Amino acid sequence: MNHTIVEARNLIKRYKDLNALDNVNLSLTANRIYGLLGRNGAGKTTLMSILTAQAFATSGEALVFGANAYENDAVLSRICFIRESQKYPDDFQPQHAFRSAALFYKNWDQGFADRLAEDFQLPVKRRIKKLSRGQLSAVGVIIGLASRAELTFFDEPYLGLDAVARQLFYDRLVEDYSEHPRTIILSSHLIDEVANLLEHVVVIDRGTIIMDANAEEIRGSAVTVSGSAEKVDAFLAGRRILHRETLGSLASVTVDEVLSGRERTEAQELGLELSPVSLQQLVVRKTMAGAGATGTGSGDFARDTMEARR
Amino acid sequence: MIDDSKPIFLQIAELIENGIVDGAMAEESQVPSTNDFAAFHRINPATAAKGVNLLVDSGILYKRRGIGMFVATGARAQLVARRTEEFFEQYVKPLALEARKLGISPEQLTSMIERSSGLAPETGTEKERSAAL
Repeated sequence: MNHTIVEARNLIKRYKDLNALDNVNLSLTANRIYGLLGRNGAGKTTLMSILTAQAFATSGEALVFGANAYENDAVLSRICFIRESQKYPDDFQPQHAFRSAALFYKNWDQGFADRLAEDFQLPVKRRIKKLSRGQLSAVGVIIGLASRAELTFFDEPYLGLDAVARQLFYDRLVEDYSEHPRTIILSSHLIDEVANLLEHVVVIDRGTIIMDANAEEIRGSAVTVSGSAEKVDAFLAGRRILHRETLGSLASVTVDEVLSGRERTEAQELGLELSPVSLQQLVVRKTMAGAGATGTGSGDFARDTMEARR
Repeated sequence: MIDDSKPIFLQIAELIENGIVDGAMAEESQVPSTNDFAAFHRINPATAAKGVNLLVDSGILYKRRGIGMFVATGARAQLVARRTEEFFEQYVKPLALEARKLGISPEQLTSMIERSSGLAPETGTEKERSAAL
């Protein structure tokens, strides 16, 4: 049941003078919810486009369900890719889009789509061109959920959706995934909102995967130590520091390490405060470390860090 | 309820344990399904299952095939015994540490504990106590 369904090897995508993907290796296991995280322009959409055969890689190989997806109906009918700005034919209404999806996806559940349309208060008989940004996103979300494709990509599906509608999306996703397990790749900038839904996290930074780990292993893998700068620095000497902030004589330092029980007690005895680092904070720190430092070296740093953890 | 301090599956296991210790989940009663936990806490179902399975492995919960998960007989006693062992490290040590920092003498501390024992064990005082630690 939990076999590999996506295998990308040495993927490179080059645009003129930019490497959008720089030797990406990735394998995805069936029936998991993945988070694909990273900054704008990091390569998330490029990667998803190549995996779904909507773009070509400059070099490298991408196998989906063991085959190349390009012009391969047997593979494509098992994949659903919901883009951030999906285009529909000019005179289409949501109900037409749903009908097309029903023809294409063999697991399509019309009843579920109807319920979702009601939940999202989507006018299914209005021209899609006339829909608000949020309603347009709802069309995509509904197709992505009701198609129940074995491999579903959501590329920032929430644009224009308000907090209530986003929560509705997450709730329906968890419920339906529980009943109908499948592989879901959720690309999002709202990391705090989706963090608890993810089983596995892939972080991409400037075309390179810098983190590929189980969400539960990441949780608690970093810690922020704060207190008097002198004591904090002495306590953390020689450790992998991700970020350092100071306020007068106080310092708050995030390290990419797990502290043992003894170390935690020691920190407390020194009067230092330990606080957890959320997935969002960790991703920000890691991708910022890349932007701040000197070019490629920092990417190696992050990779080394991940390897050291294994 | 779920926070970033430790793996979510551990937090799910603790939530169930808390329910058993404070009596909200009686022995031999059925606990919600992993999908119910996932939907309620908005977490990945695999994570919820990992938390529940942790308690199955330690004999706190048991599976009835085709029906669901139940609290084992003796689960509460087992949990109370374990938590009593952990009580010193988890509660007493940090308490003593903070007291020393504030210059509270052992005698003062003892009298404070005696005073707090007189309080009715409402959830409010429970919260204050953990907040104080």
